[in-house]
Amino acid sequence: MAISRRKFLNILTTGSAACLTLLTPLSAFAAWAADAFKATELELALNRLLGSTELIESDDVKLGVPKIAENGAAVSVSVKTKIKKVESISIFVKENPQPLTASFSIPAGTRADVSTRIRLAQTSTVTAVVKANGQLFSKSQEVKVTIGGCGG
Amino acid sequence: MKVKVKFKNNITSVRLLAKHPMETGRRINKKTGEKIPAKYIQELTCKHDGKVVFIAQFGTSVSQDPYLAFSFEGGKKGDTIQLRWNDNTGDVGRAEAKIK
Repeated sequence: MAISRRKFLNILTTGSAACLTLLTPLSAFAAWAADAFKATELELALNRLLGSTELIESDDVKLGVPKIAENGAAVSVSVKTKIKKVESISIFVKENPQPLTASFSIPAGTRADVSTRIRLAQTSTVTAVVKANGQLFSKSQEVKVTIGGCGG
Repeated sequence: MKVKVKFKNNITSVRLLAKHPMETGRRINKKTGEKIPAKYIQELTCKHDGKVVFIAQFGTSVSQDPYLAFSFEGGKKGDTIQLRWNDNTGDVGRAEAKIK
């Protein structure tokens, strides 16, 4: 049995309508960078979030983390910079199961100065990446995590 | 959500504490031996005067009851800011705070 022209067109329209309804909820959640957060290696997370692993080490990125953290469950982190036209600030913990920890969008008028508290599974390098003018500026520091919480 | 918003030198500073377990999905319940399902905030946005002034995206390595501090230019005393978070399970938290 041959499909008539009308039937064929009907299939096309219902088909594409179904596709559209399936796709809309996906795009509504697209804002959260799922791929980057799920990456289990630093380089992959960088690539997926920022599209590059080329970081320019810069002392203009001020990263405030303790050298030694007694409790890896809550480590204070602050990132601040005087670099102009900052688009985003992201924090990576190299040795965590998922290195990308947090990413902040900085619209025009918002200051490039953010603080939060993060988890460190073990002693690790913490890297702050500032995206400005399409370039990635970074600053890293190692944070030692004392296990057992006895302060040793 | 506990929020403090202060205005000084034409800058509005926001400090907040969002009550949330931030379960990573990797922890194991010692009694049952089963994994505790992941439950963590994925996104937190702050609006002032109808404009988004800050968006935070979180993974599982942000501490329990996330703390955030940020600031933006403008605003004035008596204005309100709106905060909203959503987590991976679809739960949403909202708060409004006056700039002091």
